[in-house]
Amino acid sequence: MSRVLFGDNQFFGINHMSEEKARAQSIKFQDMQAIIDVLDAAYEAGIRVFMCTTHERVAAICDHFRAHKEKYCDYAFYPCMPYAHKYVNAVTEFGMLDALKRFLPDKGAIGAMFKGGMSVVHKDMEGIAQLLIDAEMKMFWGLRTPVIFLQNVVTDLLLGMGFKEAFRIFADHVTTKYDAEPGFITMNMPRLLDVLDELGIANPIVCANINKIGFRMCGGIAAYEQAISKRRFRPIAMSVFASGAVPAREAIDYVCRQERIESIVFGASSAGNIRQTKQLIDDLTRSPAKQEAVAP
Amino acid sequence: MTIRFGLIGLGKMGISHLATVNTHPDVELAAVCDSNRYVLDVLNKYTGVRGYTDHRKMIQEVPLDAAIISTPSRIHGELVRYALEQNVHVFCEKPFCLDVVEGAALVDLAEEKGLVNQVGYHYRFVSAFNEAKRLIDAGVIGRVHHVRVEAYGPVILRTKGATWRTARNEGGGCLYDYACHAIDLAIYLMGAPNAVGGTVLNKIFSREVEDEVYTTLFFPDGKTAQIAANWCDESHRKMHTKVTIWGTNGRISADRQECQLYLREPVEAHPELNRGWSARFTTDLTEPVWFYLRGEEYSAQIDYFIRCIRDGIKENINSFSSARQTDWVVKMMQLDAEAPRRILDAEGAQRSARQQPKGLFARFAR
Repeated sequence: MSRVLFGDNQFFGINHMSEEKARAQSIKFQDMQAIIDVLDAAYEAGIRVFMCTTHERVAAICDHFRAHKEKYCDYAFYPCMPYAHKYVNAVTEFGMLDALKRFLPDKGAIGAMFKGGMSVVHKDMEGIAQLLIDAEMKMFWGLRTPVIFLQNVVTDLLLGMGFKEAFRIFADHVTTKYDAEPGFITMNMPRLLDVLDELGIANPIVCANINKIGFRMCGGIAAYEQAISKRRFRPIAMSVFASGAVPAREAIDYVCRQERIESIVFGASSAGNIRQTKQLIDDLTRSPAKQEAVAP
Repeated sequence: MTIRFGLIGLGKMGISHLATVNTHPDVELAAVCDSNRYVLDVLNKYTGVRGYTDHRKMIQEVPLDAAIISTPSRIHGELVRYALEQNVHVFCEKPFCLDVVEGAALVDLAEEKGLVNQVGYHYRFVSAFNEAKRLIDAGVIGRVHHVRVEAYGPVILRTKGATWRTARNEGGGCLYDYACHAIDLAIYLMGAPNAVGGTVLNKIFSREVEDEVYTTLFFPDGKTAQIAANWCDESHRKMHTKVTIWGTNGRISADRQECQLYLREPVEAHPELNRGWSARFTTDLTEPVWFYLRGEEYSAQIDYFIRCIRDGIKENINSFSSARQTDWVVKMMQLDAEAPRRILDAEGAQRSARQQPKGLFARFAR
């Protein structure tokens, strides 16, 4: 995996600290070109991975990258699925089973529909899950997707319910059909690691909040640090700035000191911020807390 | 001490409660109940949890300490009563009870039985709203004279779709779904109002139920609150609730993410607060929870319910009794929406006009 991954929250009005900031970002990124410009700035800063939800607007981003393949020949997408709100809203509007039917492939795909129908009858979640994953992956055709993630709302819902088999189904399908590595995003990392171990999913890629103030690190910051240093998995740190609550250098330093963290995902809206953050990660990865070493 | 839970109703909130309660270190999820056999079979196949289609059978066959009721609102009353009669502590989703007389009886029954009772108004567990309450109660913004609570989000975006949420007799509609949260938050911060006025319950896309709700609440001491709710607002990604409180010494604005304070003059007892604007954020205000799904508040409210059972906590910050006040306000609003409106005609004469046509809703509101 790449060391630095570019995230997408800023593009879709998600800011855990302020609704006003989220709104301002939504306005800024209403124009697709504004999104492409920021992705280009990240590319110029040396970031080669876009870790994004399967939000409907990502489809247009994918179109752009497909249309300019020669420019982005070394680029990869790490899809994170599903974009949960569309399912939650559909369940609210149509009820659970009707919502599910709406997201299964349309009537044209008779074979798939039949398989989906059979899956529903036999309560066989594997078939349904595969169809849903395929539906989410459609927008990425022709692009490199070496890692595919299960979004935290779904990961944590399944984790809480004890629906463990679903992780195995997800891992198997993205491996066999997309030749990708499965990744899991969670707010409950230690608990998820226990379950992935139990399922025999070896050395899993797990993306979780990892920040100096323990923001949304369920199980506690000590349990996270312990797991990162002792357990066999491939951690990706997200929310390292805790929505701006931790100053940039301090935030990156905290993560870089934990050598087993493989990657850091962050989002930013300006070329300047992207360059600075990338530079900080590069510097502190080579030598954590350089500033202390040179202090008198 | 392990508390044995049963869960009735596996809709959106039920599934979310299932995941949360199932991970709690003090809980054993003993059984679930839903009218949909299919959902029960899938759950049983993949998680092993026992499923029932009849809540009475579940409560009779499975020894339970507590039940979570997250069914369509219409049957809350019946289910809550049965659980209480069987000496089971009850966490009921909001709104509490569509029939306010029945609601009052259930408050008494829970009290008589000495059972823990809670309603799922989760905003009472959002740290930024609690920070607002702390500042108000400490008198920081002086005498509060007005509050505004707004709730907007994307539930009904077109004239189709039919679940219980869009069925009038099931307890659907924006009033029960969104506005209830806003009313409950106003009551949490201000206490109960004794009158309502200017209520608007309008349809936008729905056929049977209202999609937007506006009203003014009047409090015994003269302060007022305005409620605005609209569940057809696609500009929000999910439900967004904001509260603004005006006092003689300043103003507070809070949503799930932050609590902003504008202070006219410093307050002697609170030297840490500066004149002018300041803000505190969820990252600093929110207490960690043992399990996170969708928001700390959902876990925090369940944990509070469990602690009340385990430790015999009596304060009950989200009781049947407080939720019944919200139901009561809703009832007043339904009556008010039907009341004649005052009109001044071209000749300067006052007359009245009905705001909404008589019909099914008028009969229901009475």
